[in-house]
Amino acid sequence: MPASPTNKSLPPRHTATVRVTHWLTVVCFLALLLSGGEIVISHPRFYWGEVGNVNTRPLFTLPIPSSRETVPTGYGYVMPDQNGWSRYLHFQAAWALVLTGLVYAAVGLFTGHFRKDLIPPPSQRSWRAFRGRIAQYLRRAPPDPSESRAYNILQRTAYLTVIFVLFPLVIWTGLALSPAFDSAFPAAVNLLGGRQSARTLHFFVSWALVLFLVTHIAMVALSGFTNRMRAMITGRLIESRKIEQEERS
Amino acid sequence: MNPISRRRLITTGIAAAAGASGLTAAGRLVSRYGLIPPDRCGFYGPGETLTYAAQRILTAHSLAREFPRSMISKKPFANLTAAPTDAFRRLEAGGFSNWRLTVDGMVAHPLNLSLADLRALPFSSQITEVVCEEGWSYIAEWIGTPLSEVLRAAGMLPQVRYIVYYSFEKGVWDSLDMADALHSQTLLTWGMNDGDLPVPFGGPLRMRVPRQLGYKSLKHIVHLTATDSLKKFGQGLGSVEPEYGYAWYAGI
Repeated sequence: MPASPTNKSLPPRHTATVRVTHWLTVVCFLALLLSGGEIVISHPRFYWGEVGNVNTRPLFTLPIPSSRETVPTGYGYVMPDQNGWSRYLHFQAAWALVLTGLVYAAVGLFTGHFRKDLIPPPSQRSWRAFRGRIAQYLRRAPPDPSESRAYNILQRTAYLTVIFVLFPLVIWTGLALSPAFDSAFPAAVNLLGGRQSARTLHFFVSWALVLFLVTHIAMVALSGFTNRMRAMITGRLIESRKIEQEERS
Repeated sequence: MNPISRRRLITTGIAAAAGASGLTAAGRLVSRYGLIPPDRCGFYGPGETLTYAAQRILTAHSLAREFPRSMISKKPFANLTAAPTDAFRRLEAGGFSNWRLTVDGMVAHPLNLSLADLRALPFSSQITEVVCEEGWSYIAEWIGTPLSEVLRAAGMLPQVRYIVYYSFEKGVWDSLDMADALHSQTLLTWGMNDGDLPVPFGGPLRMRVPRQLGYKSLKHIVHLTATDSLKKFGQGLGSVEPEYGYAWYAGI
């Protein structure tokens, strides 16, 4: 007999807002990463300060070929120029990501998502709790049962860092690269130490986000890929289905 | 399934009506204040329109950053330009005394200006950064006649919405909306760092638009056209860049 929706059921592991904004963020971030990487290829040299070009000394150079013949890379060939659509896609995805983030933040504040799910409970606000959870990971000890329905201290810290530190920073350093935006808000670029510093920081913050992404996917895979994906797509965990079945029988 | 409650139905109805009228009002506002770029169509249209509209509102009266003389780049990078044609070489050999800037379209007095005529108009200088979409940049002093002075001299008609500008190089053209065309820092530049503007940097005449990326600052300018619509120019996308996949508006 099909389950009737009037049965008492557990609340979803992730709310619909969290699931929808999560996957929109995934699509936007991958588009930004692809197009951003493409734009870097047109000048794979990084500088510090206000100005930088092929006549000035770089801070560092990426060991990749370039899509511009004016950049000395040491490679004997020039990659095709893909910057046109990359730039269009980068800014379209940035808009979609910012709008998604605004919806997520507004709903998160309104429903207490940040307070309940992300800000660590007082009992866990200690280095000991932090170290303890790291040690548990390193021993590869199974997670506490409570972790199937709530984030642990490391997850909370990582997610809060991504949401309230890395994303604001990547948006700020990105906007600082806009000459028009800087004309209205010169402090946006001056506080970062100049235009080329802003570009270099934008690059590093993007790498920090990639590092999070890789760790996040690895942890999802280690903690049960199917179950975690199911929770983020349908909102339901396998175990919550089991509990419901037990309650019905 | 719960039946939809009357309260919910009314709330949804009001929200939908408010949303629809909001969208209509927003649509009227954006076209009245010129917040829609000419390359608004296609998959990337929404993002491009949001960027252009947001920056037009934020930067209505803002000035591009200017720098102290000590920050002028010792070795600016000119970037690649097409090999000069024979016709260009002949003009260069003559010291560009035969270089002409024609101004036509929706103006009361079409002009045909030599560089000396341009220099006789009020001029200004600025120390601003050239910012390439690829990521590099340099700072230089730019000396030139504000585009607004040339348009004033030509008696631009009030219905003009865009200024189309052409390079000596065949097929290279672009356009500015009035916010940038009349902006005090938009210069028809003929001097750089206390000398004549060198040919690799766009000499003898370059359009400098410091609030946008370098590719809007076309080199070797020979022709301006004032117009109220970009439909008749090229594919109607505002400049030749969107025809190669690059955005018309380059404020970011």
